[in-house]
Amino acid sequence: MKAPVLAIVASAVVLAAAPSFADAKKEAKSQVEFGISVAQRGLWHEAIYRWEKATQIDPTYAAAYNDLAIGYEHEGQLDKARKAYEKALELDPNNSQVRQNYELFKEINDRTAQKDK
Amino acid sequence: MIGPHRKTSSTPRRLVLACVTAMLAAFVAACGTDYFEIPIETPIQPKLDVSPFQRVLVIGFVAGGTDDVDANQETVRLLRSQLRTKSSLKVIDADILPLMDVARDQSQQVGTIDESNGPRGEGGAAPRPASANSSGGERIQGVSLPSNIKDEKDLEPYERLFANTAYWKRIGEEFQNPLIVTGTVLFTNRSTSGFVQRDQETFDSLGRRRVMPMRTYMERKGFILRPKFVFIDGRTGATMYSESYREEILYNAQQNTPALSSYFELMDRLVPNFLSALSSQKIRGTRVLLK
Repeated sequence: MKAPVLAIVASAVVLAAAPSFADAKKEAKSQVEFGISVAQRGLWHEAIYRWEKATQIDPTYAAAYNDLAIGYEHEGQLDKARKAYEKALELDPNNSQVRQNYELFKEINDRTAQKDK
Repeated sequence: MIGPHRKTSSTPRRLVLACVTAMLAAFVAACGTDYFEIPIETPIQPKLDVSPFQRVLVIGFVAGGTDDVDANQETVRLLRSQLRTKSSLKVIDADILPLMDVARDQSQQVGTIDESNGPRGEGGAAPRPASANSSGGERIQGVSLPSNIKDEKDLEPYERLFANTAYWKRIGEEFQNPLIVTGTVLFTNRSTSGFVQRDQETFDSLGRRRVMPMRTYMERKGFILRPKFVFIDGRTGATMYSESYREEILYNAQQNTPALSSYFELMDRLVPNFLSALSSQKIRGTRVLLK
């Protein structure tokens, strides 16, 4: 008797969570898109805020980390940028655009690191 | 017979193609672009904290290599003019020190001290400001310094000059404790031969332009520029930071490019790096934002 009830409860939880998970993804995507639109107008602080929010809503969103890394790079926060790029690549290792961004970033980062020698 | 048959069979195919194209277009429009190229400017913080200094003194360089360019004079002039326009520090216009002579004088001084077991008179050292014959200075050990610097090996013994804190402190005192910029510059000839890949433009019989990569054997000559910039705290005489670079340029052996213009072309590539040690720079680039 208990097993069917538990199964029903579990399915209800899964069914209830599925739309909210989808909603979270959608919300994260809209934050990313808004971030892109403001970054294109030069409002980088606002863009970073949006992309940070997107990564909080959906921590598996590689594009959000990529964009966030670019935002940090533009602000000169190179440590944060490196971590965000690495997270983006961890989530989506085969994404050539993220990798290209990261390679370009590393050129600059290596140059500053070279100075520390 | 053939005409009507062809007409009836191609019309549905065209319709299907049109539908597929329309659907694809609608799909692309619905999806939109998933990436956006965006220009960025990455600010790079200066490596050195130059806030204690109001003034900078580019004093001179130990220079060697080709005789076609006076690398000491040219480097000092170029860096001073760059610092005047691209840094907040006031540039001191002072006589350029022939640092090779200073280093040799310091080396000889040590020899004399060793022989007489005490410092020699004032006349034995360089007649430059705050030269190392003043008492209390750490001096270059009695090593032989080549009078003609041709390669990096010849430069090596001169490096000790930059560790002589007493000497640099004295220079600093003389100019009211500025940031001192010095170092070494090696500007040498280079010639090489081998296969080089070049793009070659061709036109086919219809006059269409094509660019093909071609491997051709070439003899080339040019120059290598190897500067080392040393930044010294004029208050203490201690080296704050140093950085070395290497740039090379090669031309077709038939091309006659003056050494001085090659020198400036190579320095042009290095100047942003030099300036980024003293003042914040912005590096422009492009990145791809993703949806």
